[in-house]
Amino acid sequence: MLRSFNALLIRDLKLAARVGGSGVMGLIFFLMIVTLIPFGLGPDLNLLSRIGPAILWIAALLATLIGLDRLFQADQEDGSLDLLRLSHAPMEVVVLAKVAAYWLVTGLPLALAAPFLGFLVALSPEGMLAMVATLLVGTPALTFIGAVGAALTASLRRGGLILAILVLPFMIPTLIFGVSAANAALGGTIPFATPFIVLVALTLFAAVVGTVGAAAALRSGE
Amino acid sequence: MQSGQGFEGLRLSVNNLACERGERRIFEGVSFTLSAGEALVITGRNGAGKSSLLDILAGRLRPAAGAIHLDGAGERTLPECLHYVGHRDALKGALTAEENLSFARSFLGTPALKTREALEAVGLAHAARLPVAYLSAGQRRRVALARLLVAHRPLWLLDEPTSALDTASQETLRLILEEHREKGGMIAATTHSPLFLRDAKEIRIERTRTPPPSGSGTPDPDGGGGKVGEG
Repeated sequence: MLRSFNALLIRDLKLAARVGGSGVMGLIFFLMIVTLIPFGLGPDLNLLSRIGPAILWIAALLATLIGLDRLFQADQEDGSLDLLRLSHAPMEVVVLAKVAAYWLVTGLPLALAAPFLGFLVALSPEGMLAMVATLLVGTPALTFIGAVGAALTASLRRGGLILAILVLPFMIPTLIFGVSAANAALGGTIPFATPFIVLVALTLFAAVVGTVGAAAALRSGE
Repeated sequence: MQSGQGFEGLRLSVNNLACERGERRIFEGVSFTLSAGEALVITGRNGAGKSSLLDILAGRLRPAAGAIHLDGAGERTLPECLHYVGHRDALKGALTAEENLSFARSFLGTPALKTREALEAVGLAHAARLPVAYLSAGQRRRVALARLLVAHRPLWLLDEPTSALDTASQETLRLILEEHREKGGMIAATTHSPLFLRDAKEIRIERTRTPPPSGSGTPDPDGGGGKVGEG
């Protein structure tokens, strides 16, 4: 079972690194949104630093969403999904491996790039640290929730928009607690730990529901 | 090769299988048995449901009626006992032939031949390091067929395995299939052109005739109803 997991994880990481892979796309999209917003808002540093965490979080959410439609669709189109069904490992392991690979190439780079983009929205050092922590903990939840939608829309020709409509409402709690944890680190009445622990809980919850849900959707597919 | 793979004593029996797609009955009354060393050739017109039959066996589609039993497989389920090579190659164009095969080898478990040896067996050793996207249709098909050799699976489901293959490759494929049968493997293949397999069973699938609107709704016993003949 672990062999199958590793084999699939390594294959997906290789694919992301090769031509046409989704590796850099999310990061560039993230960068685009975060750079555009200061231009739109004007050079008001106070305003920017107040809404900075929210900008970064919304950008991260959209960047996660952008490549999600290909998560299972690519395998569906070339027949690889049929191959994945023949494993000794249950479908849940297949989903876990694919989600892990996807997060490693989109979610993790976003979290690591957050401090640099924090400069653009005039974040303080504590704010940058909080952004990295909340994104590290929160983006897996986005990927797991998105995986359910990706599995449901795997066989649809242009499922990207439907996927977004399906999963965005379920991503809102993660967004709320991610932003409030980052804001709490910048000062305020609530301690950082309170929303942060809820964010951790949301991720754990999404990991279970997302894995089981996506596997069920893939099994009943076709 | 190892004989301890549990190939012996395996028996696949399919009973009165029917298939529906989108509310329409494609075929019904398909029955056959397949035991170690046997091959089954499935023929029929385009759209008769040959690929759907393989899809049902592979667990991709649910049968509308009937039952599939696999005896002697122990704890393994049917999908864990089979290889499926369909119309779509299940190959990643960005990865090399070797990477595609080594992924299948470790993902499917029960590894058999090394990826290099499998590629040599289908005559593609020189293309091992080329991305699959650069290969021709026939070469891609051969890489997909090499997947049969990198993991031990007793039952091979092949959907028109000879399509896009040249004459020499078709002969190579035939030898590979016969070797698999000698080791006690089972093969179910759909085809339009003869595969030249030694005393293979053959069933012909015919599309269920839709009953005439004025009729009673029961198809006459020898006219429609997925006629199946074993030979």
